[in-house]
Amino acid sequence: MEKVFKKTSMLTDKIFHYCPGCTHGIIHRLVAEALEELGVGDRAIGVAPVGCAVFAYEYFNCDMHEAAHGRAPAVATGIKRVHPDAVVFTYQGDGDLAAIGMAEIVHAAARGEKITTIFVNNAIYGMTGGQMAPTTLVGQKTTTAPDGRLASHCGYPVRVSELLATLDGAAYIERVSMHDVANVMRAKKAIKKAFECQIERRGFALVEVLSSCPTNWGLSPKEALEYLRDAMVPCYPLGVKKEV
Amino acid sequence: MARKLMKGNEAVAEAAIQAGCRYFFGYPITPQNEIPEYMARRLPEVGGCFLQAESEISAINMVYGASGAGARVMTSSSSPGISLKQEGISYIAGAELPCVIVNMVRGGPGLGGIQPGQSDYFQATKGGGHGDYRIVVLAPASIQEAVDMVMEGFDIADQYRIPVLLLGDGMIGQMMEPVEFNPPPKRDLPPKTWASTGWSDKRRPRAVINSLYIDPNELEAMNLKLQGKYKTIAENETRVEEYLLDDAQYIIAAYGTISRIVRSALASARSEGIRAGLIRPKTLWPFPSAAFENAAAREGVEAFLTVEMSSGQMHEDVRLGVNGKKPVHFLGRMGGNVPSPESVVEKLREMKEGK
Amino acid sequence: MARITIDGQRCKGCGLCVLFCPKKILELSDGALNVKGYRSVVVTQMDACMGCCFCARMCPDCVIEVEK
Repeated sequence: MEKVFKKTSMLTDKIFHYCPGCTHGIIHRLVAEALEELGVGDRAIGVAPVGCAVFAYEYFNCDMHEAAHGRAPAVATGIKRVHPDAVVFTYQGDGDLAAIGMAEIVHAAARGEKITTIFVNNAIYGMTGGQMAPTTLVGQKTTTAPDGRLASHCGYPVRVSELLATLDGAAYIERVSMHDVANVMRAKKAIKKAFECQIERRGFALVEVLSSCPTNWGLSPKEALEYLRDAMVPCYPLGVKKEV
Repeated sequence: MARKLMKGNEAVAEAAIQAGCRYFFGYPITPQNEIPEYMARRLPEVGGCFLQAESEISAINMVYGASGAGARVMTSSSSPGISLKQEGISYIAGAELPCVIVNMVRGGPGLGGIQPGQSDYFQATKGGGHGDYRIVVLAPASIQEAVDMVMEGFDIADQYRIPVLLLGDGMIGQMMEPVEFNPPPKRDLPPKTWASTGWSDKRRPRAVINSLYIDPNELEAMNLKLQGKYKTIAENETRVEEYLLDDAQYIIAAYGTISRIVRSALASARSEGIRAGLIRPKTLWPFPSAAFENAAAREGVEAFLTVEMSSGQMHEDVRLGVNGKKPVHFLGRMGGNVPSPESVVEKLREMKEGK
Repeated sequence: MARITIDGQRCKGCGLCVLFCPKKILELSDGALNVKGYRSVVVTQMDACMGCCFCARMCPDCVIEVEK
């Protein structure tokens, strides 16, 4: 018998601090596997966000920068301009990317920065305890919208992938989901393509990964994946939004 | 190398390039726009990279990335833009990264004015951003000095792994003076083995550019390390100019372009029999407290006078240095107004007459 | 023929592998707590394992290795 599945060398041995059933763990693994399979691990430089993944620099087995909240695309820009042959990626949550960091991600995409962004969208602020995010669904309960997001008061969720796809500098944008095995495998393909986009110097690449937050959604891991499939996917349609 | 007549902003940019800076990230704001514009033209000529960021916040974070990746990198702005950069500067200081930041100070607070001021002294020297950190603050009084300080600033930044801020003002930025570009005295700079370059050489540790230490003991240890570094810098890098101090009864403290007004005033004052001198800090952090302590201890010294284009910011550090031994008076203008040499002499007269 | 190995110390008992195993041969144990205070997943019928890797792919914590 031979090993057909083992932990990639692009992850360190440190046990993830994420909650049980949190899909961050799956996404970290897919990113690390993609880097290993593309053979670019020794020229990868990652930028960790502020959010649940703030300790990402302890998990990815490559050179890493911690970034201020929202600023990862700017930090990545600085790194990539200094090391154009490095494979530079940012790993960001929905608060980091779509709230405080909206200017940075839009302009990195507009400039066609040859970086790869992994955007983890779980429609809530996880690390700080479950506040509303720009991606929170209408009616979804959060600690800062305790009766559910009211569109007349604080508007509608932002579809980042569609938004960025309007920019000419964006070369590859796809939205994927974590809710079952087939979708996890589709996500891995998308993440690999997003790195290939950078390696081939085509422009800015982003994969938006619809993810679960069992703890702050108040659901079990199984129920959280069902909410992902039944509530998140209809609001955030899956698929390729841009490919040049 | 021949002397060249240059506008301050452009000379500062050229000085950075002469010092090996190949990355500049900035954003337009009056009165420093010539710096990014000059960099946009010159950096591609030397194989460097200029990028206009979408904001000053984005620019300082690009600096953080590029510096962590091992490059000599600079940004510039003016007062409100430097306010925006404060979080980023705290991160750069916390991650022990080198960089040069230029502030061509304008009037504040808020949107303020576009005329020169010295109202960012607190912002520059007392943190500005959050946390227990310091940055080296250099205060040029002429364009030549600005050039020399920028060039040496990159070496200081690399030697100690610390941000270096050039605190200029709109006058330094906009006026033209003859300058020459001479390399600073040679320093032994350590190699940047900590930089992120892609982890292909496994003989070095994996690079982690970071300022997060969630364990209190680890964070305290980090802070103690920083404080030790700041102590070393204070011992080695404090710079001050003393002028006409030997027989001075009245000592003026002034920095930057205002010190030139004061020099004119001193000539006038002495011709009237007022024995006045000047202590001009060239590093605002580390502040040359010893110069003030020593002067205050001298029997012949009657009083001090701080002259600033502010409500009295460096004035507080002068008072701390004098430590109550002699009175410390203040003369200031704000809003972009510049005290005249005559107003300085008038103040000295008042001090002599005991008013 | 296939088998999986489980690193019980990494498992957080989230149950995603149990949910997605097509042969239903995984269950959360009621045994000892691991170093993080969770009860690990265990295999109930190793000889029924197909080596599909669904469990390993859905696991957020790199708990499972698969041999075939």
